[in-house]
Amino acid sequence: MSNLALPAIVLVTLVTVTIGVYGVRFARTTSDFLVASRVVSPTWNAAAIGGEYLSAASFLGVAGLVLANGVDMLWYPVGFAAGYLALLLFVAAPLRRSGAFTLPDFCEVRLGSRWLRRLATGFVVFIGWLYLVPQLQGAGLTLETITGAPSWVGAVVVGTVVTGNVALGGMRSITFVQAFQYWLKLTALAFPVVFLLMAWQGDGRPAITDGVGEEWLLPHTGGGAPEALFETYSLILATFLGTMGLPHVLVRFYTNPDGAAARRTTLVVLGLVGLFYLFPPLYGVLGRVYTPELAENDPDAVVLVLPGVVLGMGVLGQVLGALVAAGAFAAFLSTSSGLLTSVAGVLSTDVLARGSSSGTARDFRIASLIAGVVPMVLALQVAELEVSRVVGLAFAVAASSFCPLLVLGIWWRGLTDVGAAAGIIAGGGAAALAVLLTVLGLPLEGWVGVITGHPAAWTVPLAFGVMVVVSLATRHRLPPTVGKTMLRLHAPDSLHL
Amino acid sequence: MAEVARRRRATRQELTEQTKVGDALIRGLIRAQLALALRLAIVVLIGLGSLPLLFVLAPGVASARIGGIPLPWLLLGVVAYPFLFGIGWVHTRMSERNEREFANLVGRPDRHE
Repeated sequence: MSNLALPAIVLVTLVTVTIGVYGVRFARTTSDFLVASRVVSPTWNAAAIGGEYLSAASFLGVAGLVLANGVDMLWYPVGFAAGYLALLLFVAAPLRRSGAFTLPDFCEVRLGSRWLRRLATGFVVFIGWLYLVPQLQGAGLTLETITGAPSWVGAVVVGTVVTGNVALGGMRSITFVQAFQYWLKLTALAFPVVFLLMAWQGDGRPAITDGVGEEWLLPHTGGGAPEALFETYSLILATFLGTMGLPHVLVRFYTNPDGAAARRTTLVVLGLVGLFYLFPPLYGVLGRVYTPELAENDPDAVVLVLPGVVLGMGVLGQVLGALVAAGAFAAFLSTSSGLLTSVAGVLSTDVLARGSSSGTARDFRIASLIAGVVPMVLALQVAELEVSRVVGLAFAVAASSFCPLLVLGIWWRGLTDVGAAAGIIAGGGAAALAVLLTVLGLPLEGWVGVITGHPAAWTVPLAFGVMVVVSLATRHRLPPTVGKTMLRLHAPDSLHL
Repeated sequence: MAEVARRRRATRQELTEQTKVGDALIRGLIRAQLALALRLAIVVLIGLGSLPLLFVLAPGVASARIGGIPLPWLLLGVVAYPFLFGIGWVHTRMSERNEREFANLVGRPDRHE
């Protein structure tokens, strides 16, 4: 492994902390902490959303899944990008106009219900922690691959840096950190792959499959196995619809000045994220040529290992190896920061402040500590799964709980608080249960294993169905303000109604 | 002109006071925006969502190659992203147009108010 890799990740961490400390000078009030006072420009904001979104799952996990399982895994990055299209089509502008900056806020704005707010808070924390654990485990894997240190070291280092940074700097600093991280991550994948492809060309373009691996090139669904088809569609539903329900994605929309800006920011994000996803699969494919043994034992390491294996331990291999390691660390730091900010945000306003108008900066710091320590402990305890799989499960829970809440809340007047809660409990609860069974590694065989391992295809329709039916049955609970809220969500910004 | 300005102010009032006319107006906008979003979602559903099924029903498509690259890899690895961005671009343009038409109908806020 590259000798420069360790200095590179130390540098990335230091830069992140420095920008964070610089940001502290601006953070004066709680609103500075949580929403960066809404003075972030759309370009910065879009890069920041991209930087925050591209996690260990995107940077390491996609290449690893492609290496291990082939073309079907490309649905992960396609879905991760398409989630922003669903967000754009159904949620972005009205959500920004609602003035909510967390999902629990949206519950209160739209349905005026305190206890629904509590339920939403619970799901935000669950999804946030579920998403944080693989980030920290990815950090452990990276440091282990680079230095041979035991895997808990990386998890503890990243967990501590991020918790400290969030507790001290809040979101204002994070906006700059995140925007920087997007460009770093893009460079760290795009630049080395050019050299890797040149080396492959120079080697006489060795075949990607040596005859035996032909089925790796073909969609699994090609065999017509209904399980494979179910899993693929489940994954598509989870990723396409889950993005809008991820707590760290949503909170950023409040930093747009108005609904139209939120829409444009989302479009830019879709472009930036799509651009990024052109690269990880190439690592998976080249890994098939140069490091096929990783497919069995350590697929998530392929991005880190490939530059050294293909380009050798000369200066070029060393520098590029250091670059991908730096990019991977940027991925853990940025996504973990975003998740932690959101989890700490809802914990401080909805749990610590006990429903008073808003939390104080001190509450936010305490909440950051709690929000950071729990996933650190979990990351050390829970058995390691492929990072993208766990992240995919977090998407499934979000798609089965917050997606129907947002879509129905924005477009259908008939949604009631009881209906929303019933849908979240039925769909989100079922998805969360399936996820827990999967993460705990219970040996579930056949179709039971398929529907718990990829729950979205049944939990998303369940959530929508229950939400609609129960809302219709509790029509007397329609909030009296629904007309006014709908006007606020949908009237063009230029009217200033 | 004065008549138009007066009618527009009245329309704004219809909206904010939730009269029948105002309610019908905003419902019309919501319906237009939802129809737009759903139409584009269906385009994505057909364009991307049909692919897994297509690969099952037409194995020839799954094993076809363009320029030496298998078609599924090309579609999911490259083509999907500009496709998604294009749909997003169309949505941004058309939803803004819907809003402009609505704003013209209602009128911009009068500075003297």
